[in-house]
This record gives sequence, C-alpha cells and structure tokens, in this order.
Amino acid sequence: MSLVNVSGLHKRFGDVHVLKGIDLAVKEGEVTAIIGRSGSGKSTLLRTINGLESFDAGSIDVDGERITTGRTDLRQLRLKVGMVFQQFNLYPHLTAGQNVMLSPAVVKKTDKRHAEAIAREMLAKVGLADRFDSYPDQLSGGQQQRVAIARALAMSPKVLLCDEITSALDPELVNEVLAVVRKLAEDGMTLIMVTHEMRFAREVGSQLVFMHQGRIHEQGDPRMIFSAPSTPELANFIGSVS
Amino acid sequence: MSDFSTWDIVRNLLLAARWTVAMSVIAFVCGGVAGLALLFMRTSKTQLLRIFAHAYIEVFQGTPLLMQLFLLFFGIALFGIDVSPWVAAGLALTLFTSAYLAEIWRGCVEAIPRGQWEASASLAMNYFEQMRHVILPQAFRIAIAPTVGFSVQVIKGTAVTSIIGFVELTKAGSMITNATFAPFTVFGLVALMYFSLCFPLSLYARRLERKMNVTR
Repeated sequence: MSLVNVSGLHKRFGDVHVLKGIDLAVKEGEVTAIIGRSGSGKSTLLRTINGLESFDAGSIDVDGERITTGRTDLRQLRLKVGMVFQQFNLYPHLTAGQNVMLSPAVVKKTDKRHAEAIAREMLAKVGLADRFDSYPDQLSGGQQQRVAIARALAMSPKVLLCDEITSALDPELVNEVLAVVRKLAEDGMTLIMVTHEMRFAREVGSQLVFMHQGRIHEQGDPRMIFSAPSTPELANFIGSVS
Repeated sequence: MSDFSTWDIVRNLLLAARWTVAMSVIAFVCGGVAGLALLFMRTSKTQLLRIFAHAYIEVFQGTPLLMQLFLLFFGIALFGIDVSPWVAAGLALTLFTSAYLAEIWRGCVEAIPRGQWEASASLAMNYFEQMRHVILPQAFRIAIAPTVGFSVQVIKGTAVTSIIGFVELTKAGSMITNATFAPFTVFGLVALMYFSLCFPLSLYARRLERKMNVTR
C-alpha cells in the first residue's frame, strides 16, 4: 500500500501542457528522487502534492487524503505533507525557534511550552540547538535551510517534499543540508525530492524518477538506472550533469 | 472689530483646533479599522469580496471628499433622518480614509514575497493565520512610514468639513474673520496651526522611512 499515490495527473499553464498524465506511487519510508531538465515539470509535480499548484485532471492520495481538481480545503492534507523550498522562505521577523514553533502553536493549538520543546528538539535534530534565538539573517544559507527542515518536521508530517533544497546554497554549504536529509532518510522519513544532486540521489534514493517533457520518462532503482539508462534522453541528461 | 485682541483670535482658534484634532483621530482610527477590513477583502480568495473592496476603493478615491460629504449630509437627510455635522463629517472622513489606507496597505502586503505565503500555506495555516502571523507583521514594518505620511492628508481633509457647518479650525477661522474683518491675520494663524500639526508628522514619517531602510 503506497503512502502517496498520484494517478493520471494533468496540468496546464494556459497553452502549455506541463504534466501529461503522471502516475507515481511512493511507499512509506521510501526516498523518491525526481530528476530532469528545467521545464520538465518536476517542480510542478512536487507542488501539486501539497496543493500549492492545482491540476486539471487526475487525483492524488496521501495517507487517506484525496486531492481532486475541485478541492479547496487543503488543511488536512497539508498537516500530512511538509515542504522545504529552494529559497528557504523562513519568516524573517521571527527567530529560528519561533519559525519552528509557529505552526504547531497556531495550527495545532499546541500550548506554548510544549511547542517550544518541540522546536528545541527539532532544531537539535538538524544540529542547530544553539541557534534558537537567532534571526534568519544572522544564519548562513545552510543553517537557514536546516531551520526550514526543522520547521517542516515540527508538524510531524507523513511525507516531506524537498524542492531543490540545495540549489540556492554556496557549494560548501550543500553537504551540511544533505547530511540532515540523509539522516532523515535513515530514520525512515518518506521523502520526495526534486534534486540536481545526482550522487545523493544514487546513494540515498530508493526510487528514481526521470521526468522529460511533462512525462515520467524512466523510473526505477537509482543504482540500476544510473549505470544503465534505457533511454537516450536519460543517458544524455546524466552525461550533461555529471 | 477693535475689541478682538490677537490673543482672543489665537485662543478661539486653538479651541477650535481641538475639534480638528478630534475629528482627525476619529477618522484615522475608524478609517484604520475599516481599512483593515477592506484590506482583508481586497486580498481575499473570494472574488466577490475582492470586487466589492476594489469598487469601494475606486469610488472613494475617484471622487472629491467634498462631494462625499455633501452626498452623506444631504443624502441621508432625504430619508428623513437628521444627521448632525459631527456624524456626517466623521462618517465621510472615515470612508475616505479607509479607502486610501486599504490601498496603501495592500501595496505593503503585496510587497511580501510569494514564498512567505507558500511556506505558511504548506505549514497548514489558513488565510487569516497567514495574515495574522506571517504577512501583516512584515507588511506592518513597511506600512508605518506611508501610513503616518497619509495621516497628514487626513488632518488637512478635515478642513473640508467646515462646509457643512462643523466648527473646526477652518470654520472657526471664517467665523472670526466675519467678526474681525482681518482675514489675513486670521487665516495666516489658521495655516500656521495646520502646519504645526502636520509638519511634525511629516518629519516623523520621513525619519521612519530612513530607519526602515537600514534595519532588518
């Protein structure tokens, strides 16, 4: 039984058909890496899974929550799906700790002391226990992204979506973020990540999805796929990024 | 008339200036509350609310305050309801102020990056929670300077209410002129009083603007 099930998903931006019938199943505890050229629809696909993008046909099921084209109340779904963004998107007017506490306190009505305890625990988990009172602009990009991960984890999501979370980072900061993600994967977190980190995808991924022109072009075990791509498009793509 | 000393003039103008200040405060506070409600409508997901707020703003920004005042003062009277100048002036200025404040604040809300909406949405917040905890605290910082700046317009706007018989600074000025036949002295003093109300606010707004540009 899959935790996330995408079926027959179509999405158009005006005349542009960005997703042309996507079927994807993700099992609990799996790490799914989505790769592909820019414009292949990979970020759009990821964003439909927590309702940040609407779609025109098909359906998505996440742990018993079904999203269809007409659904507008996404609260229950979003309680189960966390997301980390390329640009971190931390709240600049709040400290790291407050960033992490906010949704548990406001959305889940967790009392303040308990929310703070959760925040401290999550910040410790990403190696930032001592930065509870720092504001985002006092943190490096890598630290900000780790706070963003802690913030998503504080809602105890069933699945975590990562949208090119290392793409805005200086090269020397990429590894500290990937290390956190690797740890999450080892702890059994279900992850769906759009990434350009091919080596990471190969090492940590349980399934690899190669998107090309709005379709899943190739899919399978990352180790197998990387060493023996069965389509020229994927071979070409791997050649161009490594 | 010779039995009016300069001090008499100043004293009477100062007494009337109280009502200018009081009317400004009423307009600003009520207009602020109504403006906030309009802001929520203007940025809401419901199209009908957006259209309503947009139309409201266009109407009150696109017609002279004087016309709004006349329409309220004489329009309500048509229904047999007697409106005092106080109520008509307060209501007209509130409507006027709320339209401008809503539009100023909308600009500030739209200046907040889309990523802030997306992050808070992905953390399961609804529209009001997003506004309350994420968007407005950030928009507030950039809104302070233009809002204080606009309060100067409200103070000057109260002068118009003299036309329906509300006795504030300008009305008092013309009444005193009728008695003293010294319009230049009287209106010079009136202008000076408006200036001493408005100038500190402008100065403060400018300082805030500079401060906001350097801090977080």
